[in-house]
Amino acid sequence: MLIIDCPYCGKRPELEFAYAGQAHLVRPRDPSTLDDEAWAQFLYMRANTRGMHAERWRHARGCGRFFNALRDTTSDRFAATYRIGTAPPVAAEDAR
Amino acid sequence: MSAWRTDSGGQIDRARSISFSFDGRIYPGFSGDTLASALLANGVHLVGRSFKYHRPRGILAAGAEEPNGLVTVIRDRARTTPNLRVTQVELYDGLVAISQNRWPSLANDFGRMNDLLSAFFPAGFYYKTFMWPRSAWKSLYEPIIRRAAGLGEAPTLPDPDRYAQRYAHCDVLIVGAGPAGLAAALAAADGGARVMLCDEQAEFGGSLLGSCGAKIDGHQASEWARQVSSELARNARVTLLPRTTAFGYFPHNLIGLNERLSEHLSVPRAGPARERLWQVRARRVVLATGSIERPLVFPGNDRPGVMLAGAAQTYLNRYGVRVGRRAALVTSNDSAYGVALDLKAAGVSIAAIADLRPNPVGHWVQAARASGIEVLVGSNVLGTRGDARVAGIHLVSGTYACDTVLMSGGFTPSVHLFSQSRGKLAWSEPMQAFIPGASAEAERSAGACRGIFDLVEALTDGYTAGSDALPDSATRRATPVDWTSRVSALPVDYAPYLGALPGADEPGRQKAFVDWQHDVTVKDLQLASREGFRSIEHVKRYTTTGMATDQGKTSNLNAMAIVARNIGVPLAQVGLTTFRMPYTPTTFGSFAGASRGDLFDPVRKTATHSWAQARGAVFENVGLWKRARYFPLAGEDMHGAVNRECAAVRAGCGVFDASTLGKIEVVGPGAAEFLNRLYINSWSSLAVGRSRYGILCREDGFIYDDGVIARIASDRFHVTTTTGGAPRVLSMMEDYRQTEWPELDVWLTSTTEQWAVIAVQGPNSRKVLAKIVTGIDLSDAAMPHMSVQNGLVCGVPTRLFRVSFSGELGFEVNVPADYGLAVWEAINAAGADLGMVAYGTESMHVMRAEKGYIIVGQDTDGTMTPDDAGLSWAIGKAKPDFVGKRSLARASMRSPSRKQLVGLRTLDPKVVLEEGAQVAERPGLKAPMPLLGHVTSSYFSAVLGSSIALAVVAGGRARLGQTLYVPMPDGDIAAAVTSPVFYDPTGARING
Ligand SMILES: [Zn+2]
Repeated sequence: MLIIDCPYCGKRPELEFAYAGQAHLVRPRDPSTLDDEAWAQFLYMRANTRGMHAERWRHARGCGRFFNALRDTTSDRFAATYRIGTAPPVAAEDAR
Repeated sequence: MSAWRTDSGGQIDRARSISFSFDGRIYPGFSGDTLASALLANGVHLVGRSFKYHRPRGILAAGAEEPNGLVTVIRDRARTTPNLRVTQVELYDGLVAISQNRWPSLANDFGRMNDLLSAFFPAGFYYKTFMWPRSAWKSLYEPIIRRAAGLGEAPTLPDPDRYAQRYAHCDVLIVGAGPAGLAAALAAADGGARVMLCDEQAEFGGSLLGSCGAKIDGHQASEWARQVSSELARNARVTLLPRTTAFGYFPHNLIGLNERLSEHLSVPRAGPARERLWQVRARRVVLATGSIERPLVFPGNDRPGVMLAGAAQTYLNRYGVRVGRRAALVTSNDSAYGVALDLKAAGVSIAAIADLRPNPVGHWVQAARASGIEVLVGSNVLGTRGDARVAGIHLVSGTYACDTVLMSGGFTPSVHLFSQSRGKLAWSEPMQAFIPGASAEAERSAGACRGIFDLVEALTDGYTAGSDALPDSATRRATPVDWTSRVSALPVDYAPYLGALPGADEPGRQKAFVDWQHDVTVKDLQLASREGFRSIEHVKRYTTTGMATDQGKTSNLNAMAIVARNIGVPLAQVGLTTFRMPYTPTTFGSFAGASRGDLFDPVRKTATHSWAQARGAVFENVGLWKRARYFPLAGEDMHGAVNRECAAVRAGCGVFDASTLGKIEVVGPGAAEFLNRLYINSWSSLAVGRSRYGILCREDGFIYDDGVIARIASDRFHVTTTTGGAPRVLSMMEDYRQTEWPELDVWLTSTTEQWAVIAVQGPNSRKVLAKIVTGIDLSDAAMPHMSVQNGLVCGVPTRLFRVSFSGELGFEVNVPADYGLAVWEAINAAGADLGMVAYGTESMHVMRAEKGYIIVGQDTDGTMTPDDAGLSWAIGKAKPDFVGKRSLARASMRSPSRKQLVGLRTLDPKVVLEEGAQVAERPGLKAPMPLLGHVTSSYFSAVLGSSIALAVVAGGRARLGQTLYVPMPDGDIAAAVTSPVFYDPTGARING
């Protein structure tokens, strides 16, 4: 069970959190302008990273907030957690 | 005096003589014995039959690695524990144990035939033989294999004991209380850290207790271990956990411990738990898990009486047990010499020491020769003789009579937990073993588990590890200790041996076992290589080597070495198979803890639960909710009750508890825009006081949830969701609110449990409510279908909805949940003279199906668009965007051949289709046939006097009037495609 550092509440056990997929995917402002290929990219294609992965978590059984995290998928080490709408505090390549 | 128990020595309590039974015979033992030591003290080596060949097997080891001695310990029919290792069962007075995997008895075992027929049981035998037909697996093969390969039997009564669970934090968790672990604990405690020290054994000391002839601070090693343990026990910041196995290493330094509290007691205390599961979050972990002696792989190495040398030493020094009268030792290293000298001093004659080394030198060899022991150098084992007990050993230099063969191939570091922690293992050529490399966690291995076998070095390494594990905040560092000056011991050359002894695979030789517990021989591994298996993971599965309950503790490395040699690659390249938790088998009880029976899952009950229960309602589980399914009268079955309830609602009125529907209050200036963007419907146009049936899609365009949404004020919506959908809908709403549209000023609050919802349905429902509702004009003009008003019901504030899920004139009374039961009772009383019945979910389902109202998750399956469900009318066409809109614009989502929701009427109205049944275009087709879709809902409709069904059918709406066929085992059932609205298609009964 991981320890996750909620940017709002601090370190809590994984039990309190829900995973919420890859981070920094922004819903297109006007989806109707996207062709099927571009829409499918947004909808379905995910990074499946081996290594440092920018992902979202929700402190579902805590403050309820979504936030971003940089986690190494090979070691489960968190390099950083940061608020939605902000850029990663370290570049994924440098976080290792 | 027993021939096998020494007169003095060991750490057993000779003043406390106890008795136990094994396979029905009573034996004496002492407090402090394990079942293994007590059996050996009575001359009993034969403790089990092997898994595949049913060969007689004796005790091989003295610890957790024991592969042969698996027994069932019986207290009563509820407290029967199978598959316990005899070496880890602490003896108590009256202990009852039986052997396993033998029939009819251990001495005369029928399955021994397997051994004689072993040519027919090669590696992969099960895979090759029991292949076809598939149906025979369940009925024929599996039961036979399971009975023949019996691994004990589960208890027949529920477990009556309590299992506790505890969370703990500490600065330093030390796993293993041998020399390195004790030294680490001393250092960490000296630095003032919060320390936890656990060990799987009853007593701390590990190798110091039995196989160590050294003196520390002038004391016997075992005495020193005892003194250190008491010193640590006096430290309030140190938690000592004996009888506690660290079974799993989880991410971020979470360690799972299983503490056995009463297994060792003759009469378990009533109060405390039987076992305790600890989840320890440690700042730093020191793994001091020791090592396991490596067996030698030679022909006939599995006869009872063949043992690990260190085990024999432990039995002698710790338990005062001589494992035999005359022992031959086979070894690759010095450690067996100390064993031979100890045994000889205790009166065991030594047939010979067969040293595999061509030219062993040093003080150990000299000491053995000086004491008159014959030392054979460059030796090899050709086989053994004996049956239920070894009687001799064939060495290259001749045959030696003996009743015990002791072997040592060096020691394998126990890297199980390190590997579980995802640390990288490194191959050590001098140690011929994998040792811990780079750590993945805040962890450090110390002592024998990283290949440091020398006592002084292990103590030093442990002490350094404990000191290094002190937190930066520690008030002081550990006092430096010079262990060299405190220990007197002779150096030992632990030269390892790996793989099979030369010639072990030659034709005509006896079987040379690699994996005792799963009966895997050198030849099995060779066969796997010959048949083309290269990956060690494949070899493991094909031969089942290392896959028994001991997870190959004694066998993995030897097996890998043999495979590496067979396929001609260096062992380091073969790679190690994965270590998985648990280190040793751990009971389900400890994992379940208190989560059993009534406490297995939370139960959610509505405000009217007790009322329904008192009236004999039959309940069903919907998620965690208990919902009344129907209210049978005396002698009534479900169909009778449902027919009566439906008829009463359609003729008069009924009352139904709809409180389980999810409810979310959406509030704020941005509320309408928020719902506009989320739901497919238009919400800006919804007037205050009105409601609308809303549909929520995912971004992929498929229906996710539905429910009525009412506008309570311009900036306030009362959203209802499906019963099971509330949490995921709220989560989805929060996701969009927080991450996509933070500019919208809107708040979301779950109100599911705050409202009791009482549906009053039927032509008389208005008359019923008129008696008790105040402050609301219930007339159709003032309160039409799909409207909502605030007022009072029996004086209780209510949000009253005019809404119908039955197809009749209907209302839903929302009141604060605490008033739910009182208002429910008042409504029932008010309706008493108007034909009121209480109805349950089954009647609700029938009536909604009669109206063609879908249930999300029953009539939809995550691939249904709103149009597939016939709900495209609900889409707010003028909206530029909503979640799912772009996906719905894809050409394939608008194909007329998609599966669409339709009604099905069986040509024989008495026949009720089966939900989930497939729908075909023509009758008489043979499977596999093209299928058009399937039945999603099916009931008998009392009001229509016929069966009805909803189905999803390819191009269904274009097939209205067609006859389709539902293939069933008894033949095709013909059914006509109809509109999904079976009852009151114009909706006249709802309005007005
Ligand atoms: Zn939080």
